[in-house]
This record gives sequence, C-alpha cells and structure tokens, in this order.
Amino acid sequence: MKFAVSDVSIDPVAARRSVADNSCGALVVFEGWIRNHNEGQAVERLEYEVYRPLAEKEGARIIDEASERFGISNAMCIHREGLLELSDIAVIVCVTSAHRSEAFAACRYIIDELKNRLPIWKKEHYVSGISEWVNCQHCAAAG
Amino acid sequence: MKVKVRYFALFREQTGVASELVDWPGGTAAELFQEMTGKHATLMPEAAALVAVNDEMAGWETSLAEGDEILFFPPVAGG
Repeated sequence: MKFAVSDVSIDPVAARRSVADNSCGALVVFEGWIRNHNEGQAVERLEYEVYRPLAEKEGARIIDEASERFGISNAMCIHREGLLELSDIAVIVCVTSAHRSEAFAACRYIIDELKNRLPIWKKEHYVSGISEWVNCQHCAAAG
Repeated sequence: MKVKVRYFALFREQTGVASELVDWPGGTAAELFQEMTGKHATLMPEAAALVAVNDEMAGWETSLAEGDEILFFPPVAGG
C-alpha cells in the first residue's frame, strides 16, 4: 500500500513500520493534525470529503513521482475522510531512504502535491456554529 | 449530446444536486461549466476549480464526447 484513504483513525506506529527497511538510514514523517483555529476562527471539528476513485489513483501517482525524482527507498501516505476531532491526524506521509536529504525532499514533495492535486475538500465547523469549506471565497454563503 | 455531470463539496451545495444528465450542443469542459452556471444561478465559478473526465484529471479545454462523465471539483483542500 502506497496511498490510502481511511475512514478510521490513522495508526502512526503502523505507518512508520510499513516503510521500515534495513538499507535505510533515514525516516521522515509528516503528520497533519486538526488544529483548533484557522484564520481567526475557533475550530471545533473538521470534515473531509474525498472522491476516492481519483484520489487513490492520483495519490499513488504522486508517490511514484517522488520515488523517481528523489531516489528514495519507500514512501506511503494515508489521508482521512469523514468527521475529525481536534488533534486527530488528518494525513500522514512516511518516507525512508539511505540518507536524510532525499527523504526530507520527497516527504515535502508528497504533501505539497497532495494538497494541490487530490480531490479532497475540507469543511471546518467553528465553535460559533458556522461551518464553511476551506480555501474558497464563497464558502460563507454555503453555510 | 448527452453527458453526465457530477458536483462535489461546495459545488454540490450550490447546485443542490450531486449529479445530473445534461443534453447540450457539445463543446469543452469550460463551456459546459459555463452552461451549468446558467442553469444553476447559485453555481459560482472558481479560479482554482478542477475538472475530471471519466475519472481522469483533465484540462478545461478538453472537448467532451457523448456519454462522458464530467466531474466538477471546487478548489481542493487536502492535508
């Protein structure tokens, strides 16, 4: 498994173990967490909508690109869908390689591309009772 | 030409439908989106919106064919 969408909590220990490799001297992990604020609003919880058929295909493609571009040994990523609470892990990227520089670069590439390319949408539910789609000018009107 | 259109997240909320069958003269994905903004007054164009055709990411200039399934994605926000 290189890329997966999950509707249950991410286990970071199992994720790290899945890329373990005796030939590797470096492991870089990125975890995206649900934080309690965004752009001045107090966030209560968050909801991810994922279009799985394309997200899974494009996610695997991004990991292949990172492998080719940086020459890493192993990489994996899991992204959550559904309703998440504060401090939950929304996304995890784990990369192993012989040395650290390529692992750092590949991990950064994967999370950046994933944010730009995968059909995933985030709706924030605020303490105020309002909810809105993130990164969108017209969200407030949508409620 | 008949095509199937699917809306996600904000676009689904703006149109009030998840999918619909559309019979139109034909053209590009961008032209179809524009046509749909005429049909759904609440559907708002987004500069960072994406489009997919038959489960593959596509450009807005893609010419559509009979039976295609067009997916309109509002700006994505994973991570």
